Amino acid sequence: MAVTAVSGAEIRRPVPRLRRLEDERWLAMALLFPTALLLGLFIAYPFIEGVLLSVTNQRVGIPGEFVGLDNFVKIWNDSIFRTTVWNTFWYTAVTTVFKLALGLWLAMLLNRHFKGKALVRAFILLPFIIPTVLSTFAWKWMFDPTFSVINWTLFQLGLITARINWLGDPDLAMTSIIVVNIWRGVPFFAISLLAGLQTISPELNEAAAIDGARPWNRFWYVTWPLLLPVTMVVMLFSVIQTFADFQLVYVMTGGGPANATHLFATYAYQLGIGTGLLSEGAAISLAMFPFLLIIVVVQLLYIRRVETR
Amino acid sequence: MVETKRRNVIKLAGSAAALASTGMAGILASGRTPAFAQQKTVHWLKWVDFVPATDQMFTKDMVPAAEKALGIKIKLETVNGNDLQPRITSSIQSGAGPDIIMSFNSFTHLYANSVVDMSDLAEDLSKREGGLYKYARAICSDGKMFMGVPWAVIGGMIAYRKSWLEEAGATKFPDNWEDYRALAKKLKAKGRPFGQTLGHTFGDAPGFTYPYLWSWGGKEVEADGKTVVINTKETIESVKFMTGLWKDGMDEGGLAWDDTNNNRAFLSQTISATLNGASIYIESLRKPEQYQTEKGKPLNTDILHAPLPKGPAGQFGFHLLQSNMLMKYSKNQDAAKEFLKYLHTEANYRKFFESQKGFATPCTAKWESDKLWDADPVMTPYKVAAKLGQAIGFAGPPNAKAQEVLSKYIVTDMYAKAVQGMPAEESVKWAESELKKVYV
Repeated sequence: MAVTAVSGAEIRRPVPRLRRLEDERWLAMALLFPTALLLGLFIAYPFIEGVLLSVTNQRVGIPGEFVGLDNFVKIWNDSIFRTTVWNTFWYTAVTTVFKLALGLWLAMLLNRHFKGKALVRAFILLPFIIPTVLSTFAWKWMFDPTFSVINWTLFQLGLITARINWLGDPDLAMTSIIVVNIWRGVPFFAISLLAGLQTISPELNEAAAIDGARPWNRFWYVTWPLLLPVTMVVMLFSVIQTFADFQLVYVMTGGGPANATHLFATYAYQLGIGTGLLSEGAAISLAMFPFLLIIVVVQLLYIRRVETR
Repeated sequence: MVETKRRNVIKLAGSAAALASTGMAGILASGRTPAFAQQKTVHWLKWVDFVPATDQMFTKDMVPAAEKALGIKIKLETVNGNDLQPRITSSIQSGAGPDIIMSFNSFTHLYANSVVDMSDLAEDLSKREGGLYKYARAICSDGKMFMGVPWAVIGGMIAYRKSWLEEAGATKFPDNWEDYRALAKKLKAKGRPFGQTLGHTFGDAPGFTYPYLWSWGGKEVEADGKTVVINTKETIESVKFMTGLWKDGMDEGGLAWDDTNNNRAFLSQTISATLNGASIYIESLRKPEQYQTEKGKPLNTDILHAPLPKGPAGQFGFHLLQSNMLMKYSKNQDAAKEFLKYLHTEANYRKFFESQKGFATPCTAKWESDKLWDADPVMTPYKVAAKLGQAIGFAGPPNAKAQEVLSKYIVTDMYAKAVQGMPAEESVKWAESELKKVYV
């Protein structure tokens, strides 16, 4: 072997250990390494494991065999899964539209000068700061079939005569979780868009005002185009998070009534953990991936177009 | 100083690699922790008991006494019942975790490959205590092995308001579904409906819908555990009756209830009857000042219990059966077994039994005649919970497939869908198609 051939001819000289780092390529590698390691361990590895899991028939405690795409065929024929897909899209679409509209509106208001601005801005963030499980429990109480404070208020105001079954009716249950998601998500939009608004020079708006542009025109032709890149990034984050939401639904309805509020994550959990069908659970989680990928790619392409315009 | 040579570095790296490749696996394979902690530790994971006195009894008395008697260390951990499954899954998949884990119902069948056979302990218990009930045997054993040692049954009975029923002309709780519906209708007219969840909950929803289905003569699968037979005249009849019952006599919020909603609704006097463990009554005993009837009497004097009514095909119950599984990955199987034996000695188990005051029913016949059941007549109906119970999956075995049906809430959702307006035939057909995907 080559090693034995050169072993006798060892040349001693001091190794300049850090010399290599002077080369930019090596330095870049060294600096990237910790991040790459973390990403590899906590994102790439679980993802690959998930893919491998989804093509076996593994159950908890029973090592599975390779079954190809059987699990995907199975979930495709599963009526609960189809409901889940529809639910997830509906949930994501509706909440995103409302979060954007309300978040933008709030950001515009907060961008004005008024007394106690800092305090109000801090308060706005509260829904976003409180741990989701905790705030969702509070909401659960507000929608409680028997003790709903919302029902109580409506009843006292004389607007209803019978209790509204917030979480028991399929459509109302979906509406309820959508409301809670919007409540939780608006601050993120508001604060991010506010940061975006503050990068827009006031002079542009003033110039437009001097030229006689009305407030709506100033917003539409000056503010909105400049805010668009930030908006798109915020939407991207929000869509990904909403699509993969778990805690909120798990706490509020557990996917019920009769699967009317199941999302990908909750149904994957129910099958993977509740039933021990790890591979099918993994397949459901992965089914999210192509949908998300398309959404993300489209959005990223759009962002690039906006930025280069 | 030792000069660093390339060869040394390679050697060092080699041994490091060897260590890394054996690593935890090596340590685990050798079966002993390196150098310290030689005293054996047994880790027991159980649910947070609905009767707080029991958990106090364990941590203050039983566990210290067991540590002394057995010369081991015992780590008792309690988690919310809903969190047991994620813990079991992650423990089995990672091959490390609690030595003994409490199982609910058919978890035993679901995790059969990852637990140690406990036949010796279970059979010994059966011999000593007048025989294990059929229900406990079906859930804990697959005929070849015992996947868990039967611990107790948390019985589900209907808690009802004596005075309200009397006002509606009923001297005792109805024993068939027709009378049940008629009475519920009368009470609902007075703003005091019956309450029942049809939501995604592990306790009260299947505790109602399964026995209800069986009592009408419906079953999900034949005894072969393969042939799905849900779509029958009997099942459709039961679904139609449920839809009417819901409108006539039930609190319509029940579709969204979890396992605690009916407790709150009953204690705040918005419903007159609900299927539950004894926790409503026990809570009202604990706080007689807080829970009072509209006439100012303690609520606990106005609560009685009754089993679910009969249907055309008989009377059934489905209760939460708890057992303790010894995990295969455990490194302290002997010590853990000793601890389980210790818990099941008559004197020790009695401490648990008495602390529960009837909330938990033991799984063996001997305890049925215990004097504890005479102490409080309100609790007496619970003494036969384990005896009358029937396991999920009926008429098939309560195996992993039956558990899958349960955790997908197929039977419960079949009723929930109909109550929400789907025609009975269609909801049964939906359930049939879902069941066929499970029982392939």
